[in-house]
Amino acid sequence: MTTQELHERLRARFGEDVGALSEPKVDPFCLVKRERIAEVCRFAKQEPGLELDFLEDLTAVDWPKRNAIEVVYHLFSFPLRHGIVLKVELDRTAPRLPSVEGVWKAANWFEREVYDLFGVEFTGHPDLRRILLPDDWVGHPLRKDYQEAGGYHGIANVRENPLVELRRLDERARGPAAPPPAAPATPKA
Amino acid sequence: MTERKGGGEVSGDVTLLHTSQLDQLINLARENSLWYLLFGLACCGIELIQTGGPRADLMRFGAIPRASPRQADFMIVAGTLTYKMALRAKLLYDQMSEPKYVISMGSCANCGGLFQLAYSVCKGVDKVIPVDVYVPGCPPRPEALTEGLIRLQEIVRRERWTDKRRAPGLPVAR
Repeated sequence: MTTQELHERLRARFGEDVGALSEPKVDPFCLVKRERIAEVCRFAKQEPGLELDFLEDLTAVDWPKRNAIEVVYHLFSFPLRHGIVLKVELDRTAPRLPSVEGVWKAANWFEREVYDLFGVEFTGHPDLRRILLPDDWVGHPLRKDYQEAGGYHGIANVRENPLVELRRLDERARGPAAPPPAAPATPKA
Repeated sequence: MTERKGGGEVSGDVTLLHTSQLDQLINLARENSLWYLLFGLACCGIELIQTGGPRADLMRFGAIPRASPRQADFMIVAGTLTYKMALRAKLLYDQMSEPKYVISMGSCANCGGLFQLAYSVCKGVDKVIPVDVYVPGCPPRPEALTEGLIRLQEIVRRERWTDKRRAPGLPVAR
């Protein structure tokens, strides 16, 4: 089944909650309404003829100017060899959407990763913790406006230029009050 | 001891003389039985394995890989150290018994290397634990790491029993 036909099947079932398909490209996508994403995914997996049983990827994109975070679902069907991309657009200030962990178990860690790096909250996720960064990390680093907290547990996050550091160590080893090198005398004509 | 005859007292200098001669013997044994803690974190870990392999053969220097910090004399930090791992590296270093040494292997362990600007990468192992030998390279060839071990052997050889190697409770974060 082509992506176009897949999209039509989804439109026939969910109507306007599934947006228009994007222009033809490698992975055409359609926007899905935030509240219905879990339903759409369950339908896409279980409906005979669609059988999108493989969640290839679940990730997110940050758009600070549009004040949006897009969550992206790459779906694929092993038995029928077709696929489609779904996107959900979220408010950047409080991103929250239903989890699809109940549909594909693979979504568990994907959603934890998106939560870790973008701060998107997946409601209904059984174990929404950070997965890559330490539990006490501050902030979500893949957001475009992320600022480093300035070290972690007292470990500095800056390193001096080694040339500057070497010069300082040299001066310390040479002892205090080292006179500056005299300017070369101008040769007299 | 009942009575000491003559004016000569057993002073600190005499003790020092005896131990300094003994030092050479002890250090000969120590420098040729430096066991290292495996701490491969990234691609440098592959080169570390190669160095332990038959061609470079770290074992001919008496360096045997140990999987436990309790049995290790020094630690080869090989690879990119993230902040999350930095705390574990500190813990493992603390679990090693004195005297203990650290070889920082590769650019990432030396200073953060290629990933110095990343939010999650520690800017050098020496921000967490004191380092004795830095081995540059990305990753260093087995020959380079072997030379690193030889330099460490030199450090061990020069040590004296009476010298405190480093003050306990060294502040680590710089």
